[in-house]
Amino acid sequence: MSDTENSKSQRTPLYDKHVEAGGKMVDFAGWEMPINYGSQVTEHKQVREDAGMFDVSHMVVLDFKGTQVKVFLQHLLANDVAKLKDEGKALYSGMLNKNGGVIDDLIVYYMEEGFYRMVVNAATRQNDLKWILEQLEGYDVDLSERTDLSMIAVQGPNARKKVASLLGNIGSKRAHTLKPFFGMQLDESFIARTGYTGEDGFEIMLPNEQAPGLWDGLLSAGVKPIGLGARDTLRLEAGMNLYGTDMDESISPLAAGMSWTIAWEPSDRDFIGRSALEKEKAEGSPMKLVGLVLEDKGVLRGHQKVITDHGDGEITSGSFSPSLGVSVALARIPSEAKDSCHVEIRGKQLKARIVRPPFVRNGKSLI
Amino acid sequence: MSNENPSDLRYTKTHEWLRDNGDGTYAVGITDHAQGLLGDVVYVELPELETELTAEENCGVIESVKAASDMYSPLEGEVTEVNEELDSEPELINSAPFGEGWIFAIKPKNIEDLDELMDADQYEAYYQEEA
Repeated sequence: MSDTENSKSQRTPLYDKHVEAGGKMVDFAGWEMPINYGSQVTEHKQVREDAGMFDVSHMVVLDFKGTQVKVFLQHLLANDVAKLKDEGKALYSGMLNKNGGVIDDLIVYYMEEGFYRMVVNAATRQNDLKWILEQLEGYDVDLSERTDLSMIAVQGPNARKKVASLLGNIGSKRAHTLKPFFGMQLDESFIARTGYTGEDGFEIMLPNEQAPGLWDGLLSAGVKPIGLGARDTLRLEAGMNLYGTDMDESISPLAAGMSWTIAWEPSDRDFIGRSALEKEKAEGSPMKLVGLVLEDKGVLRGHQKVITDHGDGEITSGSFSPSLGVSVALARIPSEAKDSCHVEIRGKQLKARIVRPPFVRNGKSLI
Repeated sequence: MSNENPSDLRYTKTHEWLRDNGDGTYAVGITDHAQGLLGDVVYVELPELETELTAEENCGVIESVKAASDMYSPLEGEVTEVNEELDSEPELINSAPFGEGWIFAIKPKNIEDLDELMDADQYEAYYQEEA
């Protein structure tokens, strides 16, 4: 396993491509990444209306192999990898501590018997690895970090078509038939129909040295580079949580809009955090994560106070929504609150509607 | 990108500009450099008409997709006009920062206060050093 914690700032194999494309580089979790290549709003719309690509090579790919890998992951994760019966199938899950707090959210792929692949957040890498290695004690499981792989996410209504055009006959046919939330190995690449934008598309893991070539190919197929700024507004509109912002180790999945990722059955599966969650579920969570749509003019932002008839809450992520032309947010508020609330912005109380995320899916407004 | 900073304007360290309207009032906006830093502007909280402002007083907010940024009065005076076009087209601040993207007009209390502000050359030297 490579140890890169101490190096100041890291660059992905696509760094030069970002600079070439006019990317404005910023620090993100110790990586020099493009925040935008000009206009964040233009990039956002490019993904909603056509196809855009993101360098997500800073994300952490972990391969788990061994005879006990399935039982290990059934213990480690709140969702149940036993749901993954077909090769390539993906599952979204929280990895919880004993108190039921979210250590990270992640995607795990069932690659083949005795082999699962996990993708975790870059910002939580060190903490995740420490936790996982502690839990691995006593299991016959090998963990390897795939720093040899880069990852490019291609997202948008035309993303799959444009990727397929680069894959040749057989690859193109296979990519076309790939179902949502499935991945497949194609030569040295792993192509998955997953993403973080609310649009159709692929996430492609491939050897570092091949990443710049794929990037150039996608550019010539009309896929535009998209920065982390638009990645954030796209995921917010899609109602997808951002770790460290919408939830962290002090927040349970029940208070983070992640109840659907907890596999309660079978009831004897002893995953980490289970007893704490069962207690919280029985007592009822005092708080819930909801969507807000601002009805007055202004922009919702993280940490603004939310005032409801049942007490106060707080915005966890907020922004102007480029697709909807209004401001939207995720907020943690008292569980009984519904319909409408007020948000305090610079001393004024502005009216907001409480909705169920997502706000946008596949280019369409859901509010 | 870099639009030239017009030579007939005065500039502040907080990246506002002033233009003489010729009637005792001055239009105020933010510079091209500032709008570039903010990114796509999506909402402007304008000062209220007839408000008496002091120099460097917080007099409004410019919200971009990225963040909210305070706007400051370049000098002491009264707000005589606000650009209501920005309610429906806040992106004018990006597309025409020195023109249609003006934000409000102020009638300075002391016209000499203008001498305290930078000219185009001084402003350019200032923000290049800041960067």
